[in-house]
Amino acid sequence: MLMKRNPQLNAHGEIIHLLSIEGLPRDVLTQILDTASTFVSVNDREVKKVPLLRGKSVFNLFFENSTRTRTTFEIAAKRLSADVLNLDIARSSTAKGESLLDTVANLSAMHADMFVVRHSESGAPYLIAQHCAPHVHVVNAGDGRHAHPTQGLLDMYTIRHYKPRFQDLTVAIVGDIVHSRVARSDIHALTTLGVPEIRAVGPKTLVPGDLRDMGVRVCHDMAEGIRDADVIITLRLQNERMSGALLPSAAEFAKSWGLTPEKMALARPDAIVMHPGPINRGVEIDSRVADGKQSVILPQVTFGIAVRMAVMSIIAGNTA
Amino acid sequence: MQLQLDAEALYRQLHQAVTPWVHQGAAVVGIWSGGAWLAQRLQSDWGGPQVAGVISSTLHRDDYAERGLASGAGHTELPFAIDGRDVVLIDDVLYTGRTIRAVINELFDFGRPRSVSLAVLVDRGGRQLPIEATFAAARVSLPPSQRLSLDRDGQGRFTFVVEEQA
Amino acid sequence: MNILIRGARLIDPASGMDQVGDMAVADGLIVGLGSVPHGFEANRVIEAAGCVAAPGLIDLCARLREPGYEHEGFLESELLAAAAGGVTSLVCPPDTDPPLDEPGLVEMLKARARKLERCRLFPLGALTRGLQGQGLTEMAELTEAGCVGFSQAEEPLVDTAVLLRAMQYAATYGYTVWLRPQDKWLGRGVAASGPVATRLGLSTVSVAAETVSLHTTFELMRMTGARVHVCRLSSAAGVELIRKAKAEGLAVTADVSINSLHLTDADIGFFNADMRLTPVLRQQRDREALRAGLMDGTVDALVSDHLPVGADEKQLPFAEATAGATGVELLLSLALKWGEAAQLPLANVLSVLTSRPAAVLGEALGGLSRSAGRLVLGGVADVCLFDPQASWAVEPAALCSQGKHTPFSFAHGGTRMPARVQATLVAGAIAFERQ
Repeated sequence: MLMKRNPQLNAHGEIIHLLSIEGLPRDVLTQILDTASTFVSVNDREVKKVPLLRGKSVFNLFFENSTRTRTTFEIAAKRLSADVLNLDIARSSTAKGESLLDTVANLSAMHADMFVVRHSESGAPYLIAQHCAPHVHVVNAGDGRHAHPTQGLLDMYTIRHYKPRFQDLTVAIVGDIVHSRVARSDIHALTTLGVPEIRAVGPKTLVPGDLRDMGVRVCHDMAEGIRDADVIITLRLQNERMSGALLPSAAEFAKSWGLTPEKMALARPDAIVMHPGPINRGVEIDSRVADGKQSVILPQVTFGIAVRMAVMSIIAGNTA
Repeated sequence: MQLQLDAEALYRQLHQAVTPWVHQGAAVVGIWSGGAWLAQRLQSDWGGPQVAGVISSTLHRDDYAERGLASGAGHTELPFAIDGRDVVLIDDVLYTGRTIRAVINELFDFGRPRSVSLAVLVDRGGRQLPIEATFAAARVSLPPSQRLSLDRDGQGRFTFVVEEQA
Repeated sequence: MNILIRGARLIDPASGMDQVGDMAVADGLIVGLGSVPHGFEANRVIEAAGCVAAPGLIDLCARLREPGYEHEGFLESELLAAAAGGVTSLVCPPDTDPPLDEPGLVEMLKARARKLERCRLFPLGALTRGLQGQGLTEMAELTEAGCVGFSQAEEPLVDTAVLLRAMQYAATYGYTVWLRPQDKWLGRGVAASGPVATRLGLSTVSVAAETVSLHTTFELMRMTGARVHVCRLSSAAGVELIRKAKAEGLAVTADVSINSLHLTDADIGFFNADMRLTPVLRQQRDREALRAGLMDGTVDALVSDHLPVGADEKQLPFAEATAGATGVELLLSLALKWGEAAQLPLANVLSVLTSRPAAVLGEALGGLSRSAGRLVLGGVADVCLFDPQASWAVEPAALCSQGKHTPFSFAHGGTRMPARVQATLVAGAIAFERQ
């Protein structure tokens, strides 16, 4: 049964699943970011483990491949002393026609306490959260185009680390936004945290006017989009966009929308550059920028582990 | 019978007990939050090099399953190496001993101390683990329904607060 | 069997009759309307004080999943569901398995339905062989077998030259072509373009999918003079195009489903797969326009768009779920709910389920056309007897249909349905009676 209440929160407003940043109150986001900073310091110690999830089983259910994301979740869970199981669904029973819910039910019977789920269809983690046992928690590691909440959170952590006052910032998100779950999560998080100017920058096929409904300023001109930005988030351009008649070529995209040192000159001199990875050098971002002083792409990865530790430890401690 | 505890007087006794240990090379670590205030006051009374740190029990508590991850808990900050050091833990009230157990676990994540001692303002009995204070300025007995904690006002003066719990 | 319905409020939208009285039924016909003929002896009396006796409802779109799922007894359960909903005549689209492109299949289906004596079945024949959009079907043969029109169901006919020929051919005989106004490529998404789909990251169907298709249809109608029934409007722009086409004099009619009449894309909530429907649910503005269109006659009929989907087809991520919902048992209640909100007299509300769909079918009903969708002395005794004061909560498990997935379940929306069917007569026999 679908409830009108956000299925991510229990009756006390505490977070029990992380499915999307949309609908999470500001203080829950802040709690996660503050807890993450504790774990950043844990990751600097000799002993990087804490016992919070000892005895718990975390199952990584990746219906869509991603070694990078799966690895960071695995590291995070292990640093919380959890037992981790990786399920490569493409080669498993689902490929033989087992339904999503049957797969989840079978795994629950093996005493999973938490599912970290990545799926190619928007909404799949909601279906799982609706049907799993009350003590099981679900973390969305990316669903279709809808959300990638841990990426949104680590992006916010990164921004806060370098630019502490959200309410003073201009943030530009550049690239294939219409297909991007990272962009949607970033936009919701930035809005909730009070960022006054969020720009969606790219060609009309990838940044349609509809996006204004999410509260962003749509820019179909790169210079206008980047000018005086404090934070620039570049997104990966996928090959499907060319075959789907959305763009003619990566080269033409790079010419208008690729982030080069020349274009960076339009942003604030102390602007930071972010990318969820993996980067396409020379397409959405020039190597000189990706490896340059303003790039915080590698710190994003480090913060990502701490943020995921924070998410898992907060969620696992709350009851449905 | 109203409990009368003069926190400032007890602090002076704590100061008197701990100072010689620090002169012999020990480091002082205050348990967040009451113990951290005491450690800060000790450090500012002594002046000189930084010998006081703060430790939090959050990550090693044994009540995570019931209460979840505590929010607003402080961070552990130890501005010195732990390996081979004599460490004095400082806290306001010693009760069941569970916080001390968690704090010792947290401390050992940072290194291997030569010794660990415990100095508190008040030992209120009621231990649930085999843990004892090396020094306690006062011993009192309180019913389990009452919560005893340290308070600090705007001028930094200490007082004790007794709260009846439901 | 002679049946006497005593003391009902008799409403016939076509003639304007609205009075309390008795109805006498014998030999499948209405032999007394308002008063009982002298010497009439009833074998069965139905005490109907407080109830409305209306013409049996005509549902212009309900799917029975036969041929295709015979082993699961769908024809039995879904025709019973129709009768429980007060529906006495039902039009089913040709997208069965195999599709209804052979007269033999149509005859068999009609014969099976006739034997069950629950509801009259009027199949639509496939417009092209196998619904493949290339070769024409034997429309004359299919009509003789019982088809009342020709349709591509949900398979848009993209070859405009073939569509032109199909319409020309149908126009030769005066057959009506039933078309879903949805462009094949623009219609490929799973949710309506708009803020909801943008936030949820679902592939979209723009309004252009409907308007582009309608413009093409109207152009071809102008060339061929074909009659077209437009199935399941979803947008304000679509309603406006129909309004203009009718004003121009094109022979077009249209229907709207109970889903589009009551729901919007906001009802998708947290990816609720019961809202996965086709056409997609659009925004408030569109819903208001559809309601206004149904009221002023631009939209001729209200349909249930019934599809008995199973749990495994719905318990999937939104985009993978099968589009559709069970609905034939909710048709009357949802019509009345609309009527209450629009403050319409009951006769007007009932017209969208009786006289107006009958007019859409017109001559295709053959001899039945004289009295289908009407209460006529000497006409067929197809009657829907319902209690307008009753209210009920939709409990999917309690529905007669094998499809338990509906966006209107009480558990979802917390709203109760007005009116409850007490009895349904088809050709003078009791097809359904509530215990």
